[in-house]
Amino acid sequence: MPQPLIATNDFVVKFANVNGSGSASANGLFAKSILRMGVPIASRNIFPSNIQGLPTWFEVRVSEAGHMGRRGGVDMMVAMNPQTWDRDIAEIEAGGYLFYDSTRPMPKSKFRDDITIIGCPLTEITNAAYSDPRQRQLFKNIVYLGALSALLDMEVEAVQHCIAAQFKGKEKLVPANYAALEMGRSWAQANLQCPIGLTLKRADKVGDRIFVEGNAAAGLGAVYGGATVCAWYPITPSTSLAEAFEKYCTRLRKDPETGEKRYAIVQAEDELASIGMVIGAAWNGARAFTATSGPGISLMQEFLGLAYFAEIPAVLFDVQRAGPSTGMPTRTQQSDLLSAAYASHGDTKHVMLLPEDPSECFTFGADAFDLADRLQTPIFVMLDLDIGMNDWLCEPFAWDPNRRMDRGKVLDAAGLDAAQNFGRYQDIDGDGIPYRTWPGTHPEKGAFFTRGTSRDRQARYTEEGAPYVDNMQRLLRKFETAKSVVPRPIMRAAKEKARDGVIYYGSTSAAMKEALSALEAEGVHLDALRIRAFPFHQDVADFIAAHDRVFVVEQNRDAQLRTLLMNEESIDPAKMIAVLHYDGTPITARFIQAAIADRASAANVLPFRKATP
Amino acid sequence: MTFLPKPKLHHPKLPTNTVGLTRRDYEGAISTLCAGCGHDSISAAIIQACFNLAIPPHRIAKLSGIGCSSKTPTYFLGAAHGFNSVHGRMPSVLTGAYLANRDLIYLGVSGDGDSASIGFGQFAHSMRRGVNMTYIVENNGVYGLTKGQFSATSDKGSVAKKGAVNADQPIDLAAIAVQLGATFVARSFSGDKEQLVPLIEAALTHQGAAFIDVLSPCVAFNNHAGSTKSYDFIREHNDALNKLDIMVNRDAITVSYAPGEVTDVMQHDGSVLRLRKLHEGHDPTDRASAMHHIMERKAAGEIVTGLIYVDPEPTALHESLGTVAAPLNALGDSELCPGVDALAKVNASLR
Repeated sequence: MPQPLIATNDFVVKFANVNGSGSASANGLFAKSILRMGVPIASRNIFPSNIQGLPTWFEVRVSEAGHMGRRGGVDMMVAMNPQTWDRDIAEIEAGGYLFYDSTRPMPKSKFRDDITIIGCPLTEITNAAYSDPRQRQLFKNIVYLGALSALLDMEVEAVQHCIAAQFKGKEKLVPANYAALEMGRSWAQANLQCPIGLTLKRADKVGDRIFVEGNAAAGLGAVYGGATVCAWYPITPSTSLAEAFEKYCTRLRKDPETGEKRYAIVQAEDELASIGMVIGAAWNGARAFTATSGPGISLMQEFLGLAYFAEIPAVLFDVQRAGPSTGMPTRTQQSDLLSAAYASHGDTKHVMLLPEDPSECFTFGADAFDLADRLQTPIFVMLDLDIGMNDWLCEPFAWDPNRRMDRGKVLDAAGLDAAQNFGRYQDIDGDGIPYRTWPGTHPEKGAFFTRGTSRDRQARYTEEGAPYVDNMQRLLRKFETAKSVVPRPIMRAAKEKARDGVIYYGSTSAAMKEALSALEAEGVHLDALRIRAFPFHQDVADFIAAHDRVFVVEQNRDAQLRTLLMNEESIDPAKMIAVLHYDGTPITARFIQAAIADRASAANVLPFRKATP
Repeated sequence: MTFLPKPKLHHPKLPTNTVGLTRRDYEGAISTLCAGCGHDSISAAIIQACFNLAIPPHRIAKLSGIGCSSKTPTYFLGAAHGFNSVHGRMPSVLTGAYLANRDLIYLGVSGDGDSASIGFGQFAHSMRRGVNMTYIVENNGVYGLTKGQFSATSDKGSVAKKGAVNADQPIDLAAIAVQLGATFVARSFSGDKEQLVPLIEAALTHQGAAFIDVLSPCVAFNNHAGSTKSYDFIREHNDALNKLDIMVNRDAITVSYAPGEVTDVMQHDGSVLRLRKLHEGHDPTDRASAMHHIMERKAAGEIVTGLIYVDPEPTALHESLGTVAAPLNALGDSELCPGVDALAKVNASLR
């Protein structure tokens, strides 16, 4: 038996549960109670495409150092699901801990001898205390929370505070939950060695950060960004984004006098209708968006070509999941980059924003509407399931009180009167962005036909080659303009001069930061660049040019960002080394560290290797 | 021939409507459809209806899909914004436009390929959602722009120009619109201006989902013996339900009508639809009997035209959503952005 793991405020607890058993609420209380003690956590749901009965896991990484990515490995398993017992037990680190319901005896062969086994007769305790089967099930979760609080030395007041907060408005449920909590806690204190080697200690490391999922943050961003029309079709993992928009609108967007809504939400019949409504609304001057995932983006392809060519300012939130086809609908990936960047037939390119956490989902969620209006083109905000559906500890949402919507180049009636010979597709300012006007603006001026067919600068139908090319070239100029208005990449320089660099984006960010520190400790120094938008800012090409090799870390099989970089910046593929994680789980610091360390050291020894005979 | 601009000169004595515009002010570019195309007659009827109602042209948004019919919005209401969208997807684009600005009048133009095949789903859902619009299908039972394939409204047994016989059941869009909850459903014939113009006027004043199926023979591919969408066939089998006069806002327009068989239907906006019934027992405000009537006449080999169904008190989408009276596209920062104090509260709730 190896030495049991000893750690304070730095370990991973994983809960193995059955979907629909009510465990999510207890597990959430566990996570929030630790935050309440001032200790940062990163929590992740790993769930099936199912409502009831299939296995589900909840992983809580406790990290006083503030590492928000997945670490990899499990120090303590709370094994509540017999279906997945064997693989759950196998996942525990040597020296780790197993907590399980010991009501029924288990054969010795079902355990490991290199871990500490902690049995607690949860079923027996709840069967004795409750007669109603539903109560037995629900309170069993709170009883194990009580036992864990004793085993990990949690402040019971923190847990009680979170229970009270959870049942706000349903206060009569609080005492019963307190009782169940105490039942588990006192049983553990009386019968088990408390605490174990893994302990929690009050710290002051959470600060004013908030704990929120990316989909809620992006939905709130759309409220602040002035979106008034949301058309969507339910698809995991994006559904909670549209629902969050509705929730925040209900609270923040009703006329205080009349209660009437300053927004319209339509659950469309499919993704084609969703994007069609968004395009119609945006054409008519409303800020409009849809929320979807990869399969939805596939269905919207034809419309996206229209929006690109007719220059309609639409916003799309793509909460990416593992593809292709139905793929793994409840698992995360960054695998829609290419299908979004080049969506539709013909020559198209689209703007993408790549947020790293919920805080940036809020900011980009609002910014997307300004960018769409400014650039008169679809804007994709690329979340993924890991950011979208998990609560993240992140910076609070920030808003400049002086900020106003940037509606871009829109002519009102006076503007049309002042304009000389208005033409919808003229490039007056040389930035590729034409002036538009909304239907119903002026009795005589400005009316034109919006269409996906080729037209001249005056929006007149034409199939002549020269005006077609003229228009396509202007769209390229507009894309150049986009480079200067989208969020710039963020550079993090190595402590020592580095010959190699690493590029990453989106939800990889958390694990990347931790991996960079770990690599640095091993003597591997890398400059790092976090890309936040497509098209790429000039900084990106400069960064790659300044390094011998660049690792490109992403969560898909085909190195999609690397492909975009090769294609758009004409970079030698040999210079960019793909580091790819795509099994559907969020990328871990350990994975990145190992993958880069391997290749970095392999490269270092290469010149000294003898030629094989 | 849209590159040939129409002369802007008007005859000085052209009659004007109550907003001071002549019929010419409602025209668009010169049509590029085949000479004699039924669709051009429908464009003319739309022009006449808008002129009669004295709608300022720029207060109309005209939207279409793809196909011969969907090209026609270029040929009427040149002062109105138009959107020639994607094949079969006009209904969703129109729905979005309507969500953005409830104050404009929305006119959707589509064809039988556009609405009964590729866009059947969007057609259906826009009807059941109660989008406040006038949705006209220019129904020729054939794919004209791709040269003569059958469409989903081609009758079973009808013969294509090249001799093929259609074996599939036809879709009756008007019957489906009634079933799906459209609150105004009519059918007419492009060659019957006297019937069509008042129907379009009534649809434009209807404050809900108004649908008109207009049979419109294709002179190039579907106007031959054996076709059930030819001029001759429709004239021989047309079974008009009623004759419609429309009185906007209860204006005292005197009309001549046959005594005895008259029904007045007052719509939500105050306009009165006066129907001279030709058929005993057809009550256009009864959805079930409207369905029955279509089916019964169809069994007798007749095409029912006229106002088939109307709900004089429709509920439009904005009403069911409970949106503000002002167009959403007119709301500014103070109405849309909740501000920093509200955000501080949200942040606090997430700690």
